[in-house]
Amino acid sequence: MSDPRIAIIEKRFQKVRRVIAVSSGKGGVGKSMIATALALSLKDRGHSVGLLDLDFTSPATHVILGVEGLYPEEEYGIVPPMAHGLRYMSITHYSVDEPTPLRGEDVSNAIIELLAITRWGELDCLVVDMPPGIGDATLDTIRLIPSIEFIVATTPSRVAFQSVRRLLVLLKDLRVPIIGVCENMVMNPGGYVREEVERLGLEYLASVAYDEEVEEALGDPEALRKTRFYKELDEVSRRL
Amino acid sequence: MHEWALVEGVIATAARFAEENGITEVTEVVVVVGELQQVEHEVLEFAFENLKTPLFKNARFVLESQPARFKCRNCGNEWGFTSEGMTEDVSEAIHFVPEMAHVYIKCSECGSPDFEVAEGRGVWLATIKGVKGDE
Ligand SMILES: Nc1ncnc2c1ncn2[C@@H]1O[C@H](COP(=O)(O)OP(=O)(O)OP(=O)(O)O)[C@@H](O)[C@H]1O
Ligand SMILES: [Mg+2]
Ligand SMILES: [Zn+2]
Repeated sequence: MSDPRIAIIEKRFQKVRRVIAVSSGKGGVGKSMIATALALSLKDRGHSVGLLDLDFTSPATHVILGVEGLYPEEEYGIVPPMAHGLRYMSITHYSVDEPTPLRGEDVSNAIIELLAITRWGELDCLVVDMPPGIGDATLDTIRLIPSIEFIVATTPSRVAFQSVRRLLVLLKDLRVPIIGVCENMVMNPGGYVREEVERLGLEYLASVAYDEEVEEALGDPEALRKTRFYKELDEVSRRL
Repeated sequence: MHEWALVEGVIATAARFAEENGITEVTEVVVVVGELQQVEHEVLEFAFENLKTPLFKNARFVLESQPARFKCRNCGNEWGFTSEGMTEDVSEAIHFVPEMAHVYIKCSECGSPDFEVAEGRGVWLATIKGVKGDE
């Protein structure tokens, strides 16, 4: 009695050199923006890059990229369509803009299914946009995706960082590599988050400013590339 | 589930099991597939013929279907799956990711999308038969 889907997942990632999950203990801190900007910027550096949106409740990367009506090709599995030069997989390929009311076990099953059927081919890097928190999706991706690494996003708020700290401690306990923490929507650069991150022995990757132009650039990668936000993340991707 | 992905998974899982148990020739694999997966038998067989490794040279690939049953968490209603009246896109979405049932299927009594797939969602490898090599 065993689940035949698990055995193929490893194979699906065989030619994917790095898998970077953008995650946070907290919602609304900019995970999807950061994941999309990092993916685009890695691609601009000449890497072959994939983007996987695993937030089934609030998928957002398709809005940031400004893509709709994409449909994966079927070829011995599912081949993700290209979106602005990225191999792009999202539940919205199938759910379009309908709500996806999934409970915990359904979330796990949908993740396992997506990971099992999606053929990424050869990629330098796959960026994964994670749902907030430390629920099923986070635990499953850690369990199922070999050699996954995390970039953790937070805002300067102590409320946000309290949740983020729990995620960081969990990742450390599970011995999952943490690339570092990205502080986003910073209005008054101060030392709190940086100090806390360094106290945990982790790398403080960037202080990304609150940037009013971001909203305007949604749906338009060309416009996004011109924002300060993008340039700050481009600096992060350069060091990856 | 996508047929080719499913067969790849079955072969990889069965091969691992065979190796762990000293089986040198697999004679039969039985796979149970929920109706919600809407897999096509012929495609599965074709994929198996194409993907099988020498270990499965003489193996029979047996597929057992399990009907899908839904149970509403709101009103307790139970009902079955039918792809009748579904567009091709919807049926395909459920085929690739069965959880899409929660997007496109509603309780036939109260209209709630909060139902449980009580039976017929999964795919699993039920039995493997084979011949053990010399000890
Ligand atoms: N540096 C920034 N400056 C201005 N606005 C930003 C910045 N970063 C993100 N935003 C905006 O904040 C909102 C939340 O961002 P985003 O959707 O990326 O967060 P999230 O962490 O993915 O949310 P969720 O938890 O719902 O997945 C969006 O409207 C986004 O455009
Ligand atoms: Mg998001
Ligand atoms: Zn009901």
